[in-house]
Amino acid sequence: MRPVPWFCKGKAVRDPPRGRQDGFMEYFLQLFFGGLSRGSVYALIALGYTMVYGIIELINFAHGEIYMIGAFMGLIVAGVLTAMGWPTLSILVIALIIAVLYSAAYGYTVEKIAYKPLRGAPRLSPLISAIGMSILLQNYIMLAQTPDFLPFPRLIPDLEFMEPYANFLATSDLFIIVTSIAVMVALTLFIKFTRMGKAMRATAQNRKMAMLVGVNVDQVISATFIIGSALAAVGGVLIASHIGQINFVIGFLAGIKAFTAAVLGGIGSIPGAVLGGLVLGWTESFAAGYVSSDYEDVFAFLLLVLILIFRPAGLLGKQRAQKV
Amino acid sequence: MLELKNIDTYYGNIQALRDVSIKVGEGEIITLIGANGAGKSTTLMTICGVVPPRKGEVLFEGRVINGVAPNKIVQQGICQVPEGRLIFPDLTVQENLDMGAFLRSDKEGIGRDLDQVFGLFPILLERRKQLGGTLSGGEQQMLAISRALMARPKVLLLDEPSLGLAPLIIRQIFDIIKQINRESNTTIFLVEQNANQALKVAHRGYVMENGRITLEDACDKLLANDAVKKAYLGL
Ligand SMILES: Nc1ncnc2c1ncn2[C@@H]1O[C@H](COP(=O)(O)OP(=O)(O)OP(=O)(O)O)[C@@H](O)[C@H]1O
Ligand SMILES: [Mg+2]
Repeated sequence: MRPVPWFCKGKAVRDPPRGRQDGFMEYFLQLFFGGLSRGSVYALIALGYTMVYGIIELINFAHGEIYMIGAFMGLIVAGVLTAMGWPTLSILVIALIIAVLYSAAYGYTVEKIAYKPLRGAPRLSPLISAIGMSILLQNYIMLAQTPDFLPFPRLIPDLEFMEPYANFLATSDLFIIVTSIAVMVALTLFIKFTRMGKAMRATAQNRKMAMLVGVNVDQVISATFIIGSALAAVGGVLIASHIGQINFVIGFLAGIKAFTAAVLGGIGSIPGAVLGGLVLGWTESFAAGYVSSDYEDVFAFLLLVLILIFRPAGLLGKQRAQKV
Repeated sequence: MLELKNIDTYYGNIQALRDVSIKVGEGEIITLIGANGAGKSTTLMTICGVVPPRKGEVLFEGRVINGVAPNKIVQQGICQVPEGRLIFPDLTVQENLDMGAFLRSDKEGIGRDLDQVFGLFPILLERRKQLGGTLSGGEQQMLAISRALMARPKVLLLDEPSLGLAPLIIRQIFDIIKQINRESNTTIFLVEQNANQALKVAHRGYVMENGRITLEDACDKLLANDAVKKAYLGL
């Protein structure tokens, strides 16, 4: 049987639900935490979509590929360090750091070569450029690495103190949840209090005026791509370790889901991306758990359609009259 | 102090400014008047580097500044209160003012200037925590002027500050413009459709038609000029 990635189908390859599924409550909690962990990763990736959209009104279709590249970099680092016999947790930390830097460099470069020259061009042009970039990066990784799935080492060890809860909360889920929350809190503080964060908010609200108070808008755009890419890389490494395998299309699949989450929450809204990610994660997890894992995508997109019918701008998006 | 020399500015293929030359001396108030679409706002955006000219030169304190990035131009001391005010709607009044001082790092000076703008517009102090987007039009105009003042500009460019305001508030705004000019010797470049008021506040005036400067004189002379009277003063 061809292995399927986690983002395609319900259950993780490596961490099958370990509960014997005897108690209703236990099963519910298992789905709840599974959905929370999955949703946190959606949120991490969705933040990149929503921040870029907020600043330059572009849907960065290559964002999923940045996530995938982060996972590949994590694999390379993990492979090398494992061979050198380093302890697992330190490998995880170093893999995260290097993947973050590498993806950030990719995100920065993609903006400079594929989007910046098209600023001021009709809106369709950068969008097409983004799709082109996505296809290019996918194929590049396919050719440079392999079209097959590669096993990803388990970087998040089972911790002893988690043993009593292992029936419904795997250590890797807990780790993903905690890391995501930490990263999102850091991002919120950054945007609220730093100089660059303020410049980002101002640019998102009115780019021309931001220029007129002296904000270097090019710098703000670069920073947005760097931060979004870094967040995606964190998600990429964590998920890869959780599932245990990666290939060149994981970015495409995760990208679609995360983009859905961003739209669900209201594209351009940072709290929206987080909420959208969580709602999507829980919907999928509960649909897979109580109905069938074949139906999780159906429920996910049904939810998207319903929300967009009743709140066209998404859960937390600004309801604005569209200029036609 | 600020000089435009034979400026041509385009939007794509559309030429908006034709051979525009304007000179502003230090401490002066000059006004640029003209009908809708004459190119007044474009002139200010050209000075600020947002829409760079295709031909000609913009000089500030003797240095060429066309082609310089907008944020660098602000840093040199040129600030604009743009048409439509462009308040950051989801930032509070205080945060909008902080954005005005974005390039400054002298905390004490910023604090003093903050007190000064709250002195000029006490209503802003009351509305300090309110979101910019929820202010009334007049309050937004006051905020826009204050935000520009927070940068402590050497030259303040104002684009139709009277637009859409009640006569009483217009008088107040023009008084404050004079006060700013007098008290801190700030050079002022005032773009207006309200020619009558503008020509009374300013020292010298320029008239723009279809992207060209057609007249240039001291304001009392322009006020007495028959063509100006007919076209812009409604006399
Ligand atoms: N972004 C733009 N793209 C294309 N053309 C533009 C743009 N902005 C202005 N124009 C054109 O340039 C010309 C000058 O416009 P500008 O805004 O400078 O006029 P204005 O004198 O400020 O008018 P108003 O008093 O109505 O504000 C107009 O013909 C306008 O249509
Ligand atoms: Mg104008």
